[in-house]
Amino acid sequence: MTVFIIRRLIQALLVVFMMSVIVFFGVNIVGDPVYMLVSPDADQADIAAAISRLGLDRPIWEQYLLFLKGAAQGDLGNSFIFGEPALKLILHHMPATMELAFSALILAIVVGIPLGLYAGLYPDSRISKGIMAASIFGFSLPTFWVGLMLIMLFAVELRWVPATGRGDLGTFLGIQSSLFTLDGLSHIFLPALNLALLKISLAIRLTRAGVREAMGLDYVKYARAKGLSTRRIIFVHVMKNIMIPVVTVMGLEFGSLIGFSVVTETIFAWPGMGKLLIDAILQLDRPVVVAYLMIIVLFFVLINLVVDILYSILDPRVRLQDQGA
Amino acid sequence: MSAVLEVRGLKTHFFTHAGVVKAVDGVDFTISKGEIMGLVGESGSGKSITGFSIIGLIDPPGRIVEGSIKFNGEEIANAKEELLQNLRGNRISMIFQDPMMTLNPVLRVDTQMIEAILAHEPVSKQTAWERSRDALGLVGIPSPEERLRAYPHQLSGGMRQRVAIATAFLNKPDLIIADEPTTALDVTIQSQIIHEAQKLTKQTGTAMIWITHDLAVVAGLAERISVMYAGRIVEQGGIDDVIDRPLHPYTVGLLGSVPTANRRGKRLFQIEGMTPNMLALPKGCAFGPRCHAQTDACGQRPPVEDIDGRSLRCFNPQPAAEVVE
Amino acid sequence: MSDLVADTALDAATPPRVETPFQRFRAEFFESKIATIALAIFLIIVLLAVLAPWITPQNPYDLAQVSVMDGRLPPGSEAFDGYTMWLGSDGSGRDLYSAILYGLRISLTVGLASGVIALLIGMAIGLVAAYAGGRIEAIIMRIVDLQLSFPASLVALMMVAALGKGVDKIILALVIAQWAYYARTVRATALVERSKEYVEAAQCLGISRFRIVFRHILPNCMAPLIVVGTVQTASAISLEATLSFLGVGLPQTEPSIGVLIANGFEYMLSGRYWISVFPGLALLLTVVSINLVGDHLRDVLNPRLKK
Repeated sequence: MTVFIIRRLIQALLVVFMMSVIVFFGVNIVGDPVYMLVSPDADQADIAAAISRLGLDRPIWEQYLLFLKGAAQGDLGNSFIFGEPALKLILHHMPATMELAFSALILAIVVGIPLGLYAGLYPDSRISKGIMAASIFGFSLPTFWVGLMLIMLFAVELRWVPATGRGDLGTFLGIQSSLFTLDGLSHIFLPALNLALLKISLAIRLTRAGVREAMGLDYVKYARAKGLSTRRIIFVHVMKNIMIPVVTVMGLEFGSLIGFSVVTETIFAWPGMGKLLIDAILQLDRPVVVAYLMIIVLFFVLINLVVDILYSILDPRVRLQDQGA
Repeated sequence: MSAVLEVRGLKTHFFTHAGVVKAVDGVDFTISKGEIMGLVGESGSGKSITGFSIIGLIDPPGRIVEGSIKFNGEEIANAKEELLQNLRGNRISMIFQDPMMTLNPVLRVDTQMIEAILAHEPVSKQTAWERSRDALGLVGIPSPEERLRAYPHQLSGGMRQRVAIATAFLNKPDLIIADEPTTALDVTIQSQIIHEAQKLTKQTGTAMIWITHDLAVVAGLAERISVMYAGRIVEQGGIDDVIDRPLHPYTVGLLGSVPTANRRGKRLFQIEGMTPNMLALPKGCAFGPRCHAQTDACGQRPPVEDIDGRSLRCFNPQPAAEVVE
Repeated sequence: MSDLVADTALDAATPPRVETPFQRFRAEFFESKIATIALAIFLIIVLLAVLAPWITPQNPYDLAQVSVMDGRLPPGSEAFDGYTMWLGSDGSGRDLYSAILYGLRISLTVGLASGVIALLIGMAIGLVAAYAGGRIEAIIMRIVDLQLSFPASLVALMMVAALGKGVDKIILALVIAQWAYYARTVRATALVERSKEYVEAAQCLGISRFRIVFRHILPNCMAPLIVVGTVQTASAISLEATLSFLGVGLPQTEPSIGVLIANGFEYMLSGRYWISVFPGLALLLTVVSINLVGDHLRDVLNPRLKK
């Protein structure tokens, strides 16, 4: 087990390093931020001063080495626009994004798995067919358009919940989050639902496919032959088998939720790091873009790592293989 | 001897969109307390479906359309699910072909054994655990405490089948249906398993239906034998009578195709043709087209005849001398 | 056991029809009403987009034909020039019906172009991996796996962050985001095919790797590639719209459906829903119809793949 974790850690570090090269050089090839930051009537000397202040006059590989050296010390450069450390900016916006992604994930699991279970157990019922049709739409509809429709329906027409922004913060167990106030919950409902729709569909499909497969397998027939109650067969024998792939996939999807939150945050003016990224791209604020991408890469690598380890704990077969190795 | 199980005119049909498959089409037999009956036939002959019909585990599109199944005098064909669930694993147990597929891979052996007891008896978990341990000891598993903690994949194939047999005997059932329990095992393990099963039925007075395609297995185990072909029992009788003097041409063919030591060098007999298409059975005797003794009379469906305490569905019983060597 | 019975049943039910695989495929495809309707809708959309200059009342990007007087008119209003704006007009007075058809041209071009290019590149890389085997294959598949561990939307976003705006750049970003799906598909087929005995037999006979790859692996990849291709094209169209909506995709001078929706966004809170909703519905119909066709294609093609 330890060997397994160490091996995966080394792989993860390699990935992060590779991505840092790609991201840094990629982002630095386009555009010239100087002209965005220096007033149009500035003279040549002003521009030169700005360039050397921002370190843009050095060769790009030297810029990269500086970036790497800084990154190792937790310094990803200063934002051109805000003049603050990029990392600090992102960390400041991170809780809002995490809160949103977490809510969406919970929503997806709480709504998607029971619906998928139902659709898998009664594949021919009308309700199941309705659930499956809805899930195809959930997959096909572009997130941003659904977001617009949600705002139009619930915020503009029905006026049930506010359309944009994050609500009041509350503190619980030392954690500050808008999930702990009523105002906060009313603000997060729409964006969380918007972000969750795709994952709800995914959870429905995964669970349904898993249930249908498992119900036809011999171990379910055997469990029935032992005279077990339907409830025990479904919730112990079937669910325990299904939860392994579903948990794995849903866990991996947490990263993509954070990625997708870029769209949702922009629509709902949610002050998270996704909105920060879009603003930074539009304003050519390279350090912030690079820092965001690095954080995201780190995140994905971390999530993959955690899911792998969780998986090996959940599935006794994987666990054993590893003990043997 | 009182009859544990009495099956009369059982018909189980599958209503597929391609047509009605008469998987079991008029089967009669009786099993007394403690008796072992071999149910022999090719794959697709309906022998497993017969077993599943008794235990009430026929899933749509199949169902029992006709006939009676009396268990200890009580009618259980198409009985209420609660009644059947109470019988299953309690009074009637089942052992499946492939223990790799039937034991749930993500649940430990103890969980899967204990639940079989708790489903039918209000005993403490501790008691159930002790009974499971003792049952494993009875089927010749060394250090049963350790095996109880194992997951199925940590056990060998023979060990897993022993677990399945121990589980089947847990609640001291009146009848065990064993569906090809040794087909997936090595020959040496096979004979050990057969020996264990035989010993246990003797000790507990449990009756058993041993479903197999392998005549050799049945010869050393069963007291009576029923040979199935295309959904019907074509010949039934005491094991020695049938093996020594088969009457039905199909039984003759089956016996002829068993490779035995004393026939070395001679060509093995083979039954001509293919297993019948269950959707388009011949009008009369289903074996007719493959039968070397076919006559005009075979265009009619042969009725069940009783000859010397055996029953037979054939117009042309084979004389002893004509056994094909 | 019951499966076995059903299998024999099925075999017996299908009388030996003499028809080409394509005929059978066609018959099976049109068996589904939903897929047939979806295909029809998609073809109509393509036709409308292609014919846009001849069937729209105005060219929304010819300034001479657009009048600011017509701005933000609700659906069914009469334009300054006398024709009826059935879907209303946008903030700068463009007839939405015309703008949507012109927008579809751009969206479909981007989606199909990136889909085809990604398919060709992904297929080529997958085949190279299958052909070369060994270390090269391992390295290629590592990169594919690595990229697939990130969602395509995020990769595309990273790319536009690096590349900037424009039709060519967005196509490039989508290709980079999607090639790996095709490569994985080819490689999955290659793995299946290579494990079959005839390939081993062919190798023993000294038949070249090249021949094995192109005669056996490539033809077997076509069906899954088509399925992946439809789904990925739909997702490319949707992704382009998303990026354009966020303002990091296509510029205002290349108004795809996504740009139109973004332009309407600001009017939405004031109740002028149509500026965003109608382009959105057009996008929806396009993406959903392609997905439904793809879904059904998978069902029709899959059983044969498994055989």
